Amino acid sequence: MFRSLGEILILFQQVVRALPLAVRHSGKILTQFYEIGNASLLMACVLSMFIGGVLALQTGPVLANQGLSGSIGGLVGLSMCKELAPVMMAMLTAGRIGSAMAAEIGSMKVYQEIDALITMNINPVHYLVLPRMIAITLALPMLVVFAILAGWFGGALVSVGSSEIGISFAVYFNNLRELVDSGDVLNGIIKGAVFGIIIGTVSCHQGLKTTGGPRGIGHAVTRAVVNSLALILILDYFLTRILLFWD
Amino acid sequence: MNTAAQFTPLSGDTNTSLPGVRIQVENLKKSLGGMEILRGLSFEVEAGEIFVIMGPSGSGKSVLLRHLIGLESPDHGRILVNGHSIESPEVRSQYRMAMVFQSGALLNSLTVQENVGIYLKEHRLQTPNEIQKTVDEKLKLVGLTDIGHRYPSELSGGMRKRVAIARSLVIEPQLILYDEPTSELDPQSSGTIGKEILSLKHRIEVTSIVVSHDPELAIGIADRIAVINEGQIIFIGTTSEFKQTKDPMIHRLLYSDFKP
Ligand SMILES: Nc1ncnc2c1ncn2[C@@H]1O[C@H](COP(=O)(O)OP(=O)(O)O)[C@@H](O)[C@H]1O
Ligand SMILES: [Mg+2]
Repeated sequence: MFRSLGEILILFQQVVRALPLAVRHSGKILTQFYEIGNASLLMACVLSMFIGGVLALQTGPVLANQGLSGSIGGLVGLSMCKELAPVMMAMLTAGRIGSAMAAEIGSMKVYQEIDALITMNINPVHYLVLPRMIAITLALPMLVVFAILAGWFGGALVSVGSSEIGISFAVYFNNLRELVDSGDVLNGIIKGAVFGIIIGTVSCHQGLKTTGGPRGIGHAVTRAVVNSLALILILDYFLTRILLFWD
Repeated sequence: MNTAAQFTPLSGDTNTSLPGVRIQVENLKKSLGGMEILRGLSFEVEAGEIFVIMGPSGSGKSVLLRHLIGLESPDHGRILVNGHSIESPEVRSQYRMAMVFQSGALLNSLTVQENVGIYLKEHRLQTPNEIQKTVDEKLKLVGLTDIGHRYPSELSGGMRKRVAIARSLVIEPQLILYDEPTSELDPQSSGTIGKEILSLKHRIEVTSIVVSHDPELAIGIADRIAVINEGQIIFIGTTSEFKQTKDPMIHRLLYSDFKP
């Protein structure tokens, strides 16, 4: 995996250099963006509600025992936007979108569609990778925002509904508003964008270097997802450090 | 130039495209996966000629074509287009070259129409309306109408190949490479493809290099024929020389011995 890191960086650099061409590919970007939203938005919201709910369920009774049940809104609020929403959405996106990107580009490679593009002087990085990278880099932060809201709401439902915690919506959201500011949400959005770049680059890179027929496509998909997840979890730590430093 | 009567060219419009290019291959060598696939190939293809390359499967024909269009670069030797090395980027943009892949290599996520028009659209050479017109015209040239909205997966193998040819024609190429254009086709579709290759030569004076292991097609369309085996040329000559050759090796390689 770390041997590919150089190639991945080169691909990323090629995409960055091609950014001025993005306008020309706006149609493809929109299509990709729409596909990502369509595939993940509902799932993202449902999953995040459960994540927020579990968070409240796990911590709520403990906090309530200590007489701190009023702080649960802030706890769920901060955890969701700074960590859980971006990481969980990145995982969901790596599994659903990254895998699809690797499979799609990988099969184009295996079935010589990419060779055909090259013979027509159509740059595959511009034609295939650029629109996907832009779309996922914009879509993942968007999913993160929805996930944050859904997570907060899920936490609220459990905090209000469960007998061990039993606080009101007002207490929950007042505490949340007190402890969470827009910077914290931005924190999650930035993480989402970085994770989007990682998933896009890793998955497109795996797709482009697919060899060896249909079996090769399967390997490319597996490696795209596993490598994306590994990079995300490792980078999450360092990103958190950097963002904490900025605060 | 001799062209057998069985493939009379289709009548078509005259086209004001650029003349075909001359190709020179000099001592081309290439190893892939630790095996020497091309072992010093040299030949020339004249402008406007139909040059057919024959040989058993695995002899390196597709790898050779990939070199001619610049998808692979040689380990040794060189390829010249009108005297200029194909590896220089100016040459790649100066001369128009197209390849019809064995599978067609159509983009499966695009319709037939989008496939055929992709070159014009991505290089912004025409407006959408003009592209539509060009696409219809090229599809008609290869005998296809009313399939513009279908996807490649909805077409037969023969239709896919004809769409691939139409997609190449849009480039108005000076060189077209065909990789096994008639494999997997029934005799009638093979005949149609043969006619198309021949008619293009007469209409736009394109240089054509056709890889095939169908002797009938080769004799029907070729000006000259080369036979390669294990990455080396074992025969090169005009079509009539090819027909007269008594070389048992060539007969063994190209004609099946199967007699019921
Ligand atoms: N990318 C590759 N890596 C390794 N070996 C290859 C590669 N491409 C082709 N070959 C080998 O080169 C030989 C010639 O292949 P090819 O040119 O496709 O034959 P054909 O004459 O049937 O078109 C075959 O033995 C094939 O296995
Ligand atoms: Mg072949």
